[in-house]
Amino acid sequence: MALLPLVRGLSLGAVGFLLGGGLAAGIRGLMGLDPWSAEPVIVVGYVFGLIGWLLGVGLWGTWAREWLGLAPKKDHVHDWRRYFRFCTDHKVIGVQYLVTFMVIMLLGGLLAVLMRVELMQPGKTLMGPGQFNNAMSLHGILMVAVAVATIMGGFANFLVPLLIGAEDVAFPRLNALSYWIIPPVAVLLLATPLMGGFDAGWTAYPPLSVINAPGQTLYLLAFLTFGISSIVGGMNFLATIITLRAPGMSWSRLPIFVWSIFAAALISLTATQFVAYGLLMIILERVAGTSFFNSAQGGAPLLYQHIFWFYSHPAVYIMILPAFGVVLEVLAHFSRKPLFAYKWVVGAFLSIVVLSFFVWAHHLFTSGMADYLHLPFMVTTELISIPTGVVFLAGLGTIWLGRLWLTTPMLFALGFLFNFLIGGITGIFLADVPTDIQLQDTYFVVAHFHYTIMGGEVFAIMAGGYYWFPKITGRMYNDRLGKLHFWWMLVTYNLTFLPMFWAGVQGMNRRVADFPPELAGVNLFASIASFFLAASFVVLVYNLVVSWKRGPVAAANPWRARTLEWQTTSPPPLENFPAEPQVMGSPYDYGVPGSVHSRPGIAGGAQEVKHAQG
Amino acid sequence: MAVHAPAEARRHVSRLAINRLGLWLFLLSEGFLFAAIISSRYYLQGLNRPETLNQVLGLGITIVLIASSLSAYRAETSAAHGDQKGFSRNTLATIIFGALFLVGVSIEWREAFHQFPPYTGFGTIFFTMTGIHAFHVLTGLLALGVVFFLGRDGRFTKGASWGVEGTVKYWHFVDVAWVFIYPTLYLVN
Repeated sequence: MALLPLVRGLSLGAVGFLLGGGLAAGIRGLMGLDPWSAEPVIVVGYVFGLIGWLLGVGLWGTWAREWLGLAPKKDHVHDWRRYFRFCTDHKVIGVQYLVTFMVIMLLGGLLAVLMRVELMQPGKTLMGPGQFNNAMSLHGILMVAVAVATIMGGFANFLVPLLIGAEDVAFPRLNALSYWIIPPVAVLLLATPLMGGFDAGWTAYPPLSVINAPGQTLYLLAFLTFGISSIVGGMNFLATIITLRAPGMSWSRLPIFVWSIFAAALISLTATQFVAYGLLMIILERVAGTSFFNSAQGGAPLLYQHIFWFYSHPAVYIMILPAFGVVLEVLAHFSRKPLFAYKWVVGAFLSIVVLSFFVWAHHLFTSGMADYLHLPFMVTTELISIPTGVVFLAGLGTIWLGRLWLTTPMLFALGFLFNFLIGGITGIFLADVPTDIQLQDTYFVVAHFHYTIMGGEVFAIMAGGYYWFPKITGRMYNDRLGKLHFWWMLVTYNLTFLPMFWAGVQGMNRRVADFPPELAGVNLFASIASFFLAASFVVLVYNLVVSWKRGPVAAANPWRARTLEWQTTSPPPLENFPAEPQVMGSPYDYGVPGSVHSRPGIAGGAQEVKHAQG
Repeated sequence: MAVHAPAEARRHVSRLAINRLGLWLFLLSEGFLFAAIISSRYYLQGLNRPETLNQVLGLGITIVLIASSLSAYRAETSAAHGDQKGFSRNTLATIIFGALFLVGVSIEWREAFHQFPPYTGFGTIFFTMTGIHAFHVLTGLLALGVVFFLGRDGRFTKGASWGVEGTVKYWHFVDVAWVFIYPTLYLVN
């Protein structure tokens, strides 16, 4: 029975849900309230159900038994069934994340296509305004999850231990836990339409999010659970990078992708607590009748926006910092040149982390926040373009006069630079208070953040995906299809989103199902382009699936790259390296005479090193 | 396959040091949660404080919780020195102090329901702050209970008592969080 842990998890989860739901109903009955009020029963039932699911899926066998003084059970499965179990191998967890979030990305993309169908012409096309807002909200949160977790959960899990020459992460069981929290999140989000959906957008501003359909509560629980996964993952990567680097892997020799994960992990470790608290406030408001946002009782709806953006602005750097890391990695290896201004880039990453905590209120310029806060937040927001510019210039400096090897991943990395430039420059208009007051809540904002996150991060995900595909699967993708995918996606992506800047300046509001007839032309154009954009993903999925099954077997180091992940077999063995590698120099010194990044370890040599140090 | 055999041989930083780092990172993260909660009190209620707060009870449970940190510290030291008896006695004392604290909070809640119910401005803050903190105390008590029973079976020996150390550090953190919450709720004016 390959899927036994899943069955166990589901049944224990159901038992937990009934137990928790019954408990909530019982307590409400004792307090003289209506026992079968849906939302309290769902909330408490879900908490118990989540614990039941985790225990059943593997937490009990591999871990919780220890708490009762029993010996933990070892899982001896080594074939494909690992991917459906509570496996602690970071490579398995990385693949679990990548496949899960690839599927979620396709679902979110399908919702976007539905929205574009609705927006093809003024008036009702496919769905009414309520359904449109539900689709828009679900698309938002699914894609935010994809943007947060694909690189941080997928690539980082697979690659960080390999890149630093470690055997696994610092806390392998917590790592497995951080993945197995995700399926309940997906189930909750996909169940929202059954409970009336949620129409408050992924930002869930009160007062709407306090009074709308019960689907909102499912959304709040889902996001809260996802936050736990994010915090645990951040902690794990920080501890891994600090403590498990191979001998010689000093901080100044760390591959830039590892640095970007380190920086992003600092944010997800700390800021995520704020969004957890923000969501909890809304749950309390709905379930326990508190007055955080009810001004009649001294509450203030703006409190939510402050707390929410104190996480959610730094969160865009959880998305984009690892994307910078992937792109700089790919640019350096395919330009055959040392990474330009490595130390400046590291400094820029860390400055972005610090500055990202001081910019949140630029989301509140039009919310009725005190006027004297406009200027300081405008200044800090514009300040952050300095370290971001350093990263961008380092990318340009790296390809400058390089011998570019235009593989599919390199094309996507260059596409990133092109799109991110547009995304970055249009951000200045939103950081500036006078222009922001005009542009806020128009398609200009939609176009801006899609240029940074989709044109930016998703292009980086594609670059990383093609770059590491041979390492992860042991097979080579079809390069012609890869290049076809790149050009198709680059062109249709820009045709879809570039007109939205113009539509926004013309006054096209975001988050609405309808628009004035004057804007019919630009919307029809963007809709048709978006259908071609969606079709480009068919090429991607076909290429990935067919290549994974039948592609030519990949060499250990098809790119002749210097970093450590390529110095072991494709895919790497359970222990990653037969013996611990020794790091001698920078990973990026291509063409520097006599420079070596690493030397393979000698089997058994690790013992001697330990004795020598101990 | 939680830990593959060669990993032990290959690690240059001790497992204990990695665990300590992980716990400190977790506590840093939790610190942000309490910072968010405390900041929302000042944002919504400023320095407002109802006169009906039970100051004697508030001070009482604060003293009990601080006392529990002392016994927790003694439990940790006893375990580190392999003193089985001292460990059991002090862990039990910590659990009793912690439970007393929770009893105090529930008495506080019964009164608060009448004086400033959860739908009022101050009640919202009061119940949220004490509730989230009490939840942390409860998880700490569960962990202490696990540690207590494992310790009675002789699972912690001299130099191998991370379970105790980690739990006690978490317990101290929960106490420190209360040291910030107490003046925020009871003293500012």
